[in-house]
Amino acid sequence: MLNLDGLEIIAVLVVMALFIKVLEQFGMFEPVGGEDSIEDDFELSTVCHRPESMDKLEELTKFTKKELQVLYRGFKNECPSGVVNEDNFKTIYSQFFPQGDSSMYAHFLFEAFDTNKNGSVSFEDFVFGLSIILRGTINDRLNWAFNLYDLNKDGCITKEEMLDIMKSIYDMMGKCTYPTMQEDAPLEHVESFFQKMDQNKDGVVTIEEFIESCKKDENIMQSMQLFDNVI
Amino acid sequence: MAAGVAAWLPFARAAAIGWMPVANLPMPVAPTEKNKKQDELIVLNVSGRRFQTWKNTLDRYPDTLLGSSEKEFFYNEETKEYFFDRDPDVFRSVLNFYRTGKLHYPRYECILSYDEELAFFGIVPEIIGDCCYEEYKDRKRENAERLMDDQEDNKDSKLPNMTFRETMWRAFENPQTSTMALVFYYVTGFFIAVSVMTNVVETVPCGSVPNQKEVPCGERYTVAFFCMDTACVMIFTVEYLMRLFAAPNRYRFMRSVMSIIDVVAILPYYIGLVMTDNEDVSGAFVTLRVFRVFRIFKFSRHSQGLRILGYTLKSCASELGFLLFSLTMAIIIFATVMFYAEKGSSSSKFTSIPASFWYTIVTMTTLGYGDMVPKTIAGKIFGSICSLSGVLVIALPVPVIVSNFSRIYHQNQRADKRRAQKVQKARLARIRLTKTESSSAFLHSKRNGLFNEALELTQLPYKMSLSEQSSTKEEQHLGKSSSLLESQHHHLLHCLEKTTNHEFVDEQYYQQSYLEGGLQNYPQRSPSLSSQDGVTGTCCSRRNKKHNTPLRNASGPAHMQPLTHTQTHNRGLQELSTIHIQPLSTSRSSLNMRIDEPASLNCQSSQITTAIISIPTPPVTTPEGDAHLPTGPSHQNVVKVSAL
Repeated sequence: MLNLDGLEIIAVLVVMALFIKVLEQFGMFEPVGGEDSIEDDFELSTVCHRPESMDKLEELTKFTKKELQVLYRGFKNECPSGVVNEDNFKTIYSQFFPQGDSSMYAHFLFEAFDTNKNGSVSFEDFVFGLSIILRGTINDRLNWAFNLYDLNKDGCITKEEMLDIMKSIYDMMGKCTYPTMQEDAPLEHVESFFQKMDQNKDGVVTIEEFIESCKKDENIMQSMQLFDNVI
Repeated sequence: MAAGVAAWLPFARAAAIGWMPVANLPMPVAPTEKNKKQDELIVLNVSGRRFQTWKNTLDRYPDTLLGSSEKEFFYNEETKEYFFDRDPDVFRSVLNFYRTGKLHYPRYECILSYDEELAFFGIVPEIIGDCCYEEYKDRKRENAERLMDDQEDNKDSKLPNMTFRETMWRAFENPQTSTMALVFYYVTGFFIAVSVMTNVVETVPCGSVPNQKEVPCGERYTVAFFCMDTACVMIFTVEYLMRLFAAPNRYRFMRSVMSIIDVVAILPYYIGLVMTDNEDVSGAFVTLRVFRVFRIFKFSRHSQGLRILGYTLKSCASELGFLLFSLTMAIIIFATVMFYAEKGSSSSKFTSIPASFWYTIVTMTTLGYGDMVPKTIAGKIFGSICSLSGVLVIALPVPVIVSNFSRIYHQNQRADKRRAQKVQKARLARIRLTKTESSSAFLHSKRNGLFNEALELTQLPYKMSLSEQSSTKEEQHLGKSSSLLESQHHHLLHCLEKTTNHEFVDEQYYQQSYLEGGLQNYPQRSPSLSSQDGVTGTCCSRRNKKHNTPLRNASGPAHMQPLTHTQTHNRGLQELSTIHIQPLSTSRSSLNMRIDEPASLNCQSSQITTAIISIPTPPVTTPEGDAHLPTGPSHQNVVKVSAL
């Protein structure tokens, strides 16, 4: 019998391993397992979505045909597949705010635009949202804003929800600001917001309180007029 | 802002509805579109081929020919189109740049014609996308080298007024220039060969003294060899001194490789002369003689190929380093394994791991001397694996070196990669610059826009004639510089500032204010001043560059004074705060003073008065701010520190 020392065993094992590899090369020895999963990824990205006809959209929104054309051209340019997913949305939005981090606010916007909650914003969702903001009445706009703030869509804004929104807005400013951004700036802002909006002081702001307080505030009313001329 | 997403700007502005109910401050006025035309198609006729695109597409890049008003020069009234007498094929790439935001370089296109077209249309080549950029740079480099080669061939014409020194240097560097240079070239070459041969023959045994052992020729014909050596060294020394004299930059010449080789070649002789025939130092003397072999490197002046080889090795330093590293790793691994494998066998030559190094190197380079051979089975197995892997490890980096050599040899170029690296750095710097321009553009136009806004808000009562001129000039100036898209984008960022009650500043200022906590007492002045300084450099350079700044400054505070008073009364939070040192009546005189005063005073006054930034301050601090103003020195000290 061969007197194999420790190292000799290792040597023999190495030789056997090399032998198996050579057999694999010749295709005589299929290794167990190892499915090919690379090809599966290709199928997901060819989803294509076509919007409704322009006539229908013109009925449903308050945009003219020409405005819809301009909007669709811009939309399709950035998203050739016809829908925007959340990452794409965040990328597009972040190009407008180079200094800060706009991903959180873009996430909230995405939630607000994606009305049927299917994880992607189609052209119809996009245009419906824009129609409310740019061509809606003051009540519509305030409703939409309330919907944006109400993260869990339960009809009232709590302090935590407002704090998240506020932080996301402040994040967009980034680091280099004057005066230097303090840690509690969002919290203070939330406090002052609640002081103004929460009339019955129950810790949440309902839709009626919100609309009422906004209508009383001249600044907010004036700023709502800004959206009339965007397109 | 990326022009590709310009179409989404309305969406971004609409999304700002989320900030409105939250904001405590009123929003700024939105920019109005003066002529609200619908988007129209533009026809671009390039040498007969008609391209059509939307006007908005071309407006995305306002600093190019097609995006600015420069294209009006090419407008053809009769056919209502823009006619360009240029290459339509290249124009395709140019127009696609506007459409997609990416510039591509077509491979079949000649690099020069492409560059010309880009220059004509005002597009910087650095924005070529990464997919095509390498190709573009390679072609450009090849073209530049070809130009340089052509230039070198034409350098033979003799320039008139060259000094003797310059003639000599040219003769040394380029032997083809004159007969004298050629003679010199061949003579030195001959003597190098003679010297090397002498060194070699010196050691050959030519013993023919019968009953003594064989002596090398050097010891037999000592005098002859010494004379030969002396003659060669004389020639080399004279040559070196002449080159040193003729060199245009002596210090650089002395540091160059060739001159170091020259020095090393002749030094042993002189050191040998100086040292006596002492027994102690003769050992060192023998070592010195080894350096005489470096004379052979002097041949590299005579051979282009040798120089290229040396350059290739230098430029492939990374591949050679990788080869060395991988070899070292493999040697250590296999030596260790062989040592432990052979430890068991008796009378094994593998006495230690370093002793096994020799075996590993000999095996991996497939030399196989046979002085050390494994005897155990494990040793033989690992030894065979060692030799197989040796072939692989050495064979892998070698083709890279070979291809490098062939490329350099064919192009006959020196210092190629070094130049490419500098340009790469410049390119990256420029790309970084355009990225940061978007954020600094907002800060710039924020100040400009605020001036404009302030001037718009202050109507007739307090307008002086001077300011009227300046305000209209302002509007014209601003109207030209920023497009509607830009102003809308800036308005959006402005709204965000108002919502959060903070301001965007640039990186430089933020670092300064972060380091100096003590700027809290003077919030109104220092940030505005140093933010301007930070963006533009120094206050004085700013003054020199934009001489209409003092005009604006003069008009600014003059108008702001009454306005701030009324505003503090009406609103809880102050929107515009200013620093006005001089009362209204003397503003004119101060204006004159500002222009005429020497540098330091001008800096100070322009610093102090350009503080028209909308900073929300509670009204209580305003009077304090005014009161603090006269305390000039300390305040200015603070400003100056931050301005640095």
